[in-house]
Amino acid sequence: MIKTLTTTVPAALIALGLASTAQAEIKIGASISATGPAAFLGDPEAKTLEMLVEELNAKGGINGEQVELVLYDDGGDANKARTFATRLIEDDEVQAIIGGTTTGASMSILAVAEDAEVPFISLAGAIDIIQPVKPNTFKTPHTDRMACQKIFEDMKKQNITKIGLISGTDGFGASMQAQCKDVVGEYGIEIVADETYDPKDADMTAQLTKIRNAAGVQAVLNPGFGQGPSIVTRNYKQLAIDLPLYQSHGVASDGFIELAGKDAAEGVRLPGTALLVAELLADGDAQKPVVSAYKAAYEAKYKTPVSTFGGYAHDGFALLVDAITRAGSSEPAAIREALEGVKGLAGTTGIYTMTAEDHLGLDLTAFRMLEIKDGDWTIVE
Amino acid sequence: MRLSSKHLTLIVMAALIAAAPFFFPSGYYFRVGALIFVNALAVTGIVILTGYAGQISLGHAGFAGIGGYACALAPVHLGLHPALAVVLGAVISAVLAFLVGRPILRLKGYYLGVASLGFGILVAMVLNNERGLTKGPDGIEVPDLGLRAVLKGWGLDLSNGEFWYAFTGICLVIGAWIALNLFNSPTGRALRALHGSEVAAGTVGIDVARVKLQAFVISAVYASVAGSLTALQNKFITPDIAGFMHSVEMVTMAVLGGVGSVPGAILGAGILTLLPQVLTVFAEYEQLILGLVMMLVMIFLREGLVPSILRKFRGRGE
Repeated sequence: MIKTLTTTVPAALIALGLASTAQAEIKIGASISATGPAAFLGDPEAKTLEMLVEELNAKGGINGEQVELVLYDDGGDANKARTFATRLIEDDEVQAIIGGTTTGASMSILAVAEDAEVPFISLAGAIDIIQPVKPNTFKTPHTDRMACQKIFEDMKKQNITKIGLISGTDGFGASMQAQCKDVVGEYGIEIVADETYDPKDADMTAQLTKIRNAAGVQAVLNPGFGQGPSIVTRNYKQLAIDLPLYQSHGVASDGFIELAGKDAAEGVRLPGTALLVAELLADGDAQKPVVSAYKAAYEAKYKTPVSTFGGYAHDGFALLVDAITRAGSSEPAAIREALEGVKGLAGTTGIYTMTAEDHLGLDLTAFRMLEIKDGDWTIVE
Repeated sequence: MRLSSKHLTLIVMAALIAAAPFFFPSGYYFRVGALIFVNALAVTGIVILTGYAGQISLGHAGFAGIGGYACALAPVHLGLHPALAVVLGAVISAVLAFLVGRPILRLKGYYLGVASLGFGILVAMVLNNERGLTKGPDGIEVPDLGLRAVLKGWGLDLSNGEFWYAFTGICLVIGAWIALNLFNSPTGRALRALHGSEVAAGTVGIDVARVKLQAFVISAVYASVAGSLTALQNKFITPDIAGFMHSVEMVTMAVLGGVGSVPGAILGAGILTLLPQVLTVFAEYEQLILGLVMMLVMIFLREGLVPSILRKFRGRGE
C-alpha cells in the first residue's frame, strides 16, 4: 500500500501541473456549465467565449496583448465551480473570471473571487448575486424582477388590473413567480389566481380552467422555462381562452413558437432581448450593429441559431475587453475599477452603464416587448 | 516494538497528508486535497457499510445533504454555532438511518439498496422544493466555521485553502482511525462474519439485524459529517449534494479503491476526485474515461485497487 500511495500521489500531481503551463499576456478564466442539466445555457456561452477570443486575437488582442481563455466545464455543480474558480485564480493566475452559468455556481465562484479580489462577471439570473453589491462581482443577464416589471408595465398600458399566474415549479419559474408577486402591487395589478405546474407535466388544462373561472381575470402570465410554457400555450388555445397571454423571457427563442405551434402562439407577448429580433431593430438602434455582428459570426461558425444565453457571455466578454482597454492594464484591481466605469456599452442584452452601486447596469429598456404574429416575432412598444 | 498494520496505515496516511503540501506549486492544490479528504471520509463510511457488512446503499448523498443543510440552516434558525450544527446534522442523519434501516435490515438481500435509493431521492426533493426554508435549487449560503479566525488569534495564520486542507485532513485521519478500530472490534468481526454468511453468523449468536443497523447508522454519520465539511468549506450549498449521482459516486469510489479497505477508499476517492481535474482537457470524454477505468478495475482487479495490489506484493514476497 505504501508503494501505491507514494507513487500515485506524485504522479497525479505532475499530471495536474502539466495541464496548465501555456503563457499569455492577458489571461481570462471561465467556469461554465457546458455539460450537465444546464448545458442548454452553458453550451452557447462556452462557444461564444471561444469564438470571441479567437476573433479578438486575430484582430491583435487588447492594446496589442494577446488574450488567453482558460475554460473549465463545471457541469452546473456548485462544488466543482468553486474548485475551478480556485484553480483559475491560484493556479492559472487569471486576471478576471467570466462564468457561473447557474445561480448556485455563480454564488460559489463569487465567494472565491471576492476573497482573492479578482473581478468576476456572472452569467446567472438571480438578483442575490449583485445585491447587496460586492466589490468584485458583476453580472450581465437582467433579473427576473425586471422581466416582471416589463410585463406589468405593458399590462398597465392596456388597463389590465386583474391577472392569473401559472408558474413552473423549477428554479426559474419559482424564482420569477416570487419576484412578480413582490412587485405586482407597484403597478396597481392584482393576482386573482395563482397556479403552479411541475416542469414535467404534460397537461395544464385543469390549472388554466381554474384561472379562467377566477372572477374578473383579464390576462394570464406564465413564468416558466423549457417545454412547460409551450404546453400552457397549446392548452390555452384548446380551451379557447380569450384573454391576453404573457410568457417570460425564459422562452424567448424560435424553439418556443415551434413547440407551441404557430396557431397557439399567435398573439402571445413576452419580454425578449434585441438579439431575438436583430433584423427588426430600427437602423439607428445602438444595439443593432452589435447584435447583427454577433448573430452573423456565431451562426456562420456553429451553424446553430444564437440564443439569449450565448448573448450573456458575449456581453460579459465585451465588458471585460472594454474595461481592460480603458484601464490600459490587466491588473485585477484596475479591471475592477474600470468595470465600475462602464458607460453606455451596447451589448446584445442591453446597454450597460455600471456604477459603484449598480453592478448589473441594465434598466428596463434592455427588454423589448415582443408579440408573436404569423409565427414570427414583432416588436410592440 | 512491532507496529500493527492499523497504526502503520494511520502513520503513513498522516505523513503523506503532512508532506504533500511541500510539493504543491500553488494554493489550488490545497483545495483539491481538501476535496479528496472530504470525499474519502464519506467513502470510509461506505467501507464500513458495504465492505465490512456487505450492505449496499444508494442513498448516502441524502445524509450528506442533511449534514450540509444542517450547517446552512441551524446557525440561522436555531442560533447554533456551525460546529454544533455539524453534530446536529450527524444526530438527525443517525436517527433517520435508524428509522429507515430498522424495518429494512431485518430482511435478507439488497432491500437496503432500494430503500436508501428512495430515501436519498426524497431528501433531494425536499431540499429542492421547500424553498421557504432551503431557497430551492439555487442553493443557500453557509455561515463561516470561525475556527480559522480563532487560529489566527493564536498566531497561526493559514490561508483559507491551507486551513481546510489541514482541517479536513485531520478529520479524515480520525475517521480512518475509528473505522480501523471498528474493523478489529467485536462489532467489526460480527459485521465481517455476516458479510460471509448471514445464516452462519446468526447460528453463532450474532444479532444480524442489529449489527447491520449499527453499520448503516455509523456510515450515515460519516456521510453527514462529510456533507457538513463540504458545506462549511464552500460556504455555499446546493441540493446537488443530495443528488442520486453523488450517491453513486461514493459507491464507485469505494469499489474502485477496494471496498473492504480503508486505504482503498481513500485511494478511490483520490483518483476519482483528481481525474476530472486532470482530464479538463478532455472534458467531453471524462465520463467515457471514468467508465473505462471502472470496467477495467471490475474485470482485472475485482477486489478493487488496494487489496488486489497488496495481494500481488505479498504473493511475491513469500
